[in-house]
Amino acid sequence: MGTDRYAAMFARLAARDELAFVPFFVLGDPSMDESLALISAAVEAGADGLELGLPFSDPIADGPAVQSAVTRALDAGTRISACWPLLRAVRDAHPTVPIGLLVYANLIVHAGVEAFAAQCATAGVDSVVIPDAPSLEQRWFAEAFARAGVALARILPPGAAASRVAEVARASAGYVYVTSRGGVTGADDTVQADSASVVAALRAAGAAPALLGFGIAQPSHVRAARAMGVSGAISGSAVVSRIGAHETAPARREAVTAFVREMKAATRP
Amino acid sequence: MIQSAYYGRFGGSFVPEILVPALESLEAEFLAAQADPTFGAELETLLSTYAGRATPLYQCRHLGTETGSRLWFKREDLLHGGAHKTNQALGQGLLARRLGKTRLIAETGAGQHGVATALTGAVLGIPTRIYMGAADIERQQPNVQRMRLMGAEVVPVTQGGATLKAAINEALRDWSASYESTHYLLGTVAGPHPFPLIVREFQRVIGREARAQFLAATGRLPDVVVASVGGGSNAIGIFTDFIPDPSVELVGVEPAGEGLQTPRHGATLQRGRPGVLHGCFTQILQDDEGQVQESHSISAGLDYPGVGPEHAYLQETGRARYVGCTDADAMAAFSLVARSEGIIPALESAHAVAGALELARSSARPLDILVNLSGRGDKDLATVLRYQAEGGNGGH
Repeated sequence: MGTDRYAAMFARLAARDELAFVPFFVLGDPSMDESLALISAAVEAGADGLELGLPFSDPIADGPAVQSAVTRALDAGTRISACWPLLRAVRDAHPTVPIGLLVYANLIVHAGVEAFAAQCATAGVDSVVIPDAPSLEQRWFAEAFARAGVALARILPPGAAASRVAEVARASAGYVYVTSRGGVTGADDTVQADSASVVAALRAAGAAPALLGFGIAQPSHVRAARAMGVSGAISGSAVVSRIGAHETAPARREAVTAFVREMKAATRP
Repeated sequence: MIQSAYYGRFGGSFVPEILVPALESLEAEFLAAQADPTFGAELETLLSTYAGRATPLYQCRHLGTETGSRLWFKREDLLHGGAHKTNQALGQGLLARRLGKTRLIAETGAGQHGVATALTGAVLGIPTRIYMGAADIERQQPNVQRMRLMGAEVVPVTQGGATLKAAINEALRDWSASYESTHYLLGTVAGPHPFPLIVREFQRVIGREARAQFLAATGRLPDVVVASVGGGSNAIGIFTDFIPDPSVELVGVEPAGEGLQTPRHGATLQRGRPGVLHGCFTQILQDDEGQVQESHSISAGLDYPGVGPEHAYLQETGRARYVGCTDADAMAAFSLVARSEGIIPALESAHAVAGALELARSSARPLDILVNLSGRGDKDLATVLRYQAEGGNGGH
């Protein structure tokens, strides 16, 4: 089942009082050839889980850094059909690491929800999160992913109403993606909202562990996440902007490695 | 949500979770406003004393007479701002004030919706920011200047194709961070629920007036109602009050660009496939993996790879049908309307005229055809002159 690797990861880290560090990559950024090497570098540098995005032409929940990463991937000719074998290769190289897939609704609807969920299972994806499918539209997806044994994780923004927190707590599988602030993804902000109350409410409702995302760009943000009581942090824009900032493959790999090491170190007590 | 977000299988609210409360409060406030006579009275006063409603219904004196059919223009080109967009921008502006919002944002392609939002911001005293593709800013300079003159901030969007699609993405991103203080004044009958509903209800004044005016002029209803369709707001505006009249055929004219057999068009309903774009499930132009494609039309206002979900529904149920008109045919209709009637139509509206003329020519019996002349063409002069100078082969 899609939740097993998450459960094992959270249990292992809890025993050591560590948070999970989960970097985000866009598949095919900056090219299909380099993508696997960069993702593997992150795992070797200490990443506990992975959040991987399928590149989509209109990423409305993403800020400039992730948009640029998507553009790099699409301009390099990345095809969704080629992302499935890439995901399978990541799974085979890192058999115990939880893999979350971030994908906009149209790519799923276009492929057919059943077929897409089955592809995820075949590729070894543990969870899927759909940034433009709020609670109102989850019914489009929930059954097919459940049947395929792929967890459907949910995003919970700060200030969510109690009824929504309860619904997400019930429905979100694998983990709950708690956002640190409003707006879109980006590394240019500090962690603004205090999500401690949301996290406490999730825990009281028996929800899957929470990962904090949006604006996680420095070790201090990881420590702030710990203070809010979450079980880990997702960092996307800070990772992909490092890929965009370097000219050569070795420099990109080195930059990703150094960043993940530094962030992972901040997850320890 | 209180109302259904769907038209048949099309519609919905595909937005980040964080925007759901904003959509819910917008829907609730809209429904409350619809039931509040003081809201309706203020909008009515603005529409009549400021924007110039009711707009006239005009029977063409020359255009199409050789076919035996009669063409009628609903003159939205005479509305303040130069197009039908003003109807709903004023409506949403009043709604924003009712919601206590202190800032307006909007997207614009050709600039007509940007102008309508800018004048709304000015007349209601609300600071306004317009997102516009950098490529569109380049080709629609007069509208950019008009927006700025009325105090709006025009922000160029360089991502993606730097056109309307990218501008909507950017407006949605802004709203995700600013919804507590800001109203997103979306410009067409697309986007997440409740926008398709709100925009339709504020635009249906076009068809309500036209239906009564046509009955008064002729004692009967038109045989066909024709309108251009990009996102689809002017078409929904004139169609809605005719939907219960089974004898009235509804025809939407999509931009066929350089031809429906080429990839360069914006005929979403005729060549699209169902998918999710900008918050709704509708027909969209997309490649074989679901990446949304850039559309093409000589008319910037029709240049959009999505379409309002209610049009997808009207097409699927057969209540409306949708045809194409190429850049070349629209340009020919543009010139014909100017010469034969002394009216310079927007290129968007020229598509509708071309579609109406085609219906008149191919009909075995004389028809009364009501055309939504949705806007005036001053904004398009540079495009038209360039097209003519380049020998009519697209211009870009």
